Amino acid sequence: MATQQTTTAGRLLVAPSVILLFLWMIVPLVMTIYFSTLHFILTDPDSRSFIGLQNYIDFLSDPDFLGALRNTLVLVGSVLVISVVGGTLVALLMDQQIYGQSIVRLMVIAPFFVMPTVSALIWKNMLMNPVSGLFAWLAQSVGLTPIDWFTNAPMLSVILIVSWQWLPFASLIMLTALQSLDEEQKEAAALDGVGAIPFFFYIVLPHIARAMTVVILIETIFLLSVFAEIYVTTNGGPSTTNIPFLVYELAQHSYDVGGASAGGIVAVVLANIVAFFLVRVVGKNLEN
Amino acid sequence: MALQQTVGKRVGMTALAWIVGFLIFFPILWTFLTSFKSELDAFSLPPKFLFFHWTTENYAEVQSRSDYFSFAWNSIILSVGANLVGLIVGVPAAWSMAFAPTKRTKDLLLWMLSTKMMPGVGVFAAVYFIFQYLGLLDNRIGIGFLLFMANLPILIWMLYTYFKEIPVDILEAARMDGASLVNEIIYVLTPMAIPGIASTLLLCIILSWNEAFWTLNLTTSHAAPLTAFIASYSSPEGLFWAKLSAASTLAIAPILVLGWFCQKQLVRGLTFGAVK
Repeated sequence: MATQQTTTAGRLLVAPSVILLFLWMIVPLVMTIYFSTLHFILTDPDSRSFIGLQNYIDFLSDPDFLGALRNTLVLVGSVLVISVVGGTLVALLMDQQIYGQSIVRLMVIAPFFVMPTVSALIWKNMLMNPVSGLFAWLAQSVGLTPIDWFTNAPMLSVILIVSWQWLPFASLIMLTALQSLDEEQKEAAALDGVGAIPFFFYIVLPHIARAMTVVILIETIFLLSVFAEIYVTTNGGPSTTNIPFLVYELAQHSYDVGGASAGGIVAVVLANIVAFFLVRVVGKNLEN
Repeated sequence: MALQQTVGKRVGMTALAWIVGFLIFFPILWTFLTSFKSELDAFSLPPKFLFFHWTTENYAEVQSRSDYFSFAWNSIILSVGANLVGLIVGVPAAWSMAFAPTKRTKDLLLWMLSTKMMPGVGVFAAVYFIFQYLGLLDNRIGIGFLLFMANLPILIWMLYTYFKEIPVDILEAARMDGASLVNEIIYVLTPMAIPGIASTLLLCIILSWNEAFWTLNLTTSHAAPLTAFIASYSSPEGLFWAKLSAASTLAIAPILVLGWFCQKQLVRGLTFGAVK
């Protein structure tokens, strides 16, 4: 039971976090909304003026925006499919009675701890280099023509790199969920002679469905703001520029603060649509 | 036992799992091996896996050419500092929400989580201006503050899920015995909370260490951590694979080891307690 004393103390203890987070959220956001209504080019400060929603109209009708939106959706969608399906398969494999499970686990989770700039550079140079990369050598040894990954399939390359980083995360969470599956349920199913595939779809899948939802939502939030992987590999270009990168280019290369802010608000809105669902799933869990 | 698999199947599954694990791990292993090669061996085709002349010259070279330690030092200061401050602010908040919840606690927690949903790039220009105005660009305090704010919601959430598991009865007993609020915190709560706080700190350090939007865009040299150090290898030094590998190994090794230690907490931390 919370006494009057602890309730007052409680408020005081929560206050710093709440105030800081509130300022952290509201100050940049209000500034960004304000900037987004201005004609504001850094290199031409005298021309700064209020133009209402013009930046939004410009940003949303810019063909680059549609391209970036498409790239963002392709990137997020592909990585989600690869990491969730692949991660579930890897987790199912790790959940079998295998020797040295803990070592396999360490190997599988490792890529998640690699900083994005490192994984992007390793893949770009040492694995995907069209002349002396490992993939080129592998292709040649089986008689195929090596692919020039970043020239011919830049988006696919970025998808592979990002998937490599996120598949471990999905695997680990799926494995955690699988391990909480009741042993007795497994035995009962085995006694009844349930095949592996119906067992997966009728018992395992419903059991891990919530973990899967959480993985999808969390990955989506992170994947919507993939930046470093594009920055150090393709540095943009029509086929890999996603919305974060487009906003970054508007700010850093065109010095268009107004346009970048409008784009930023669009990115915030997109992220919040996903966040809305995540918060609901997590919130349900709080009630237990 | 109905579930007992045959030895044959078990060996087969083990082999498959090890192959999959090895393939996923391979790029990291390959980087590690390449970091001990000469540049010539690094490029050689067919690739040399283990039988090459092992050398540590790349590590010496990386340090002398780009001053690895000053970047590493920034990474350590920023990721540890930001999250220690995070604990100072976050522990009291998580403590009070876990042990003295009010009607609004749930909404407050969810609101905190929602602040994490704002993509950095969305407010990039605004933060840049604020930092420029305050003279915080390429400044450790400035970037440290950003990392602290970016992690605060996760930190509070993780601590909250840990604190929730501390039995309230023990607190009641302490209060019955006349323990004051301060004594209750020091002698009863702290010993039970230490493991949760430690793993929260570890996970948050990992997240800060790998943060690669603000660190790439708001630092240039003085406050630049390892993410920026590696990005500077994108060209043309990226063509020197052995050196790139040595630099990469140095950048990921400490955090990989930390990560391996706290992989269990990772699940709960990154799913906000929704998967345990």
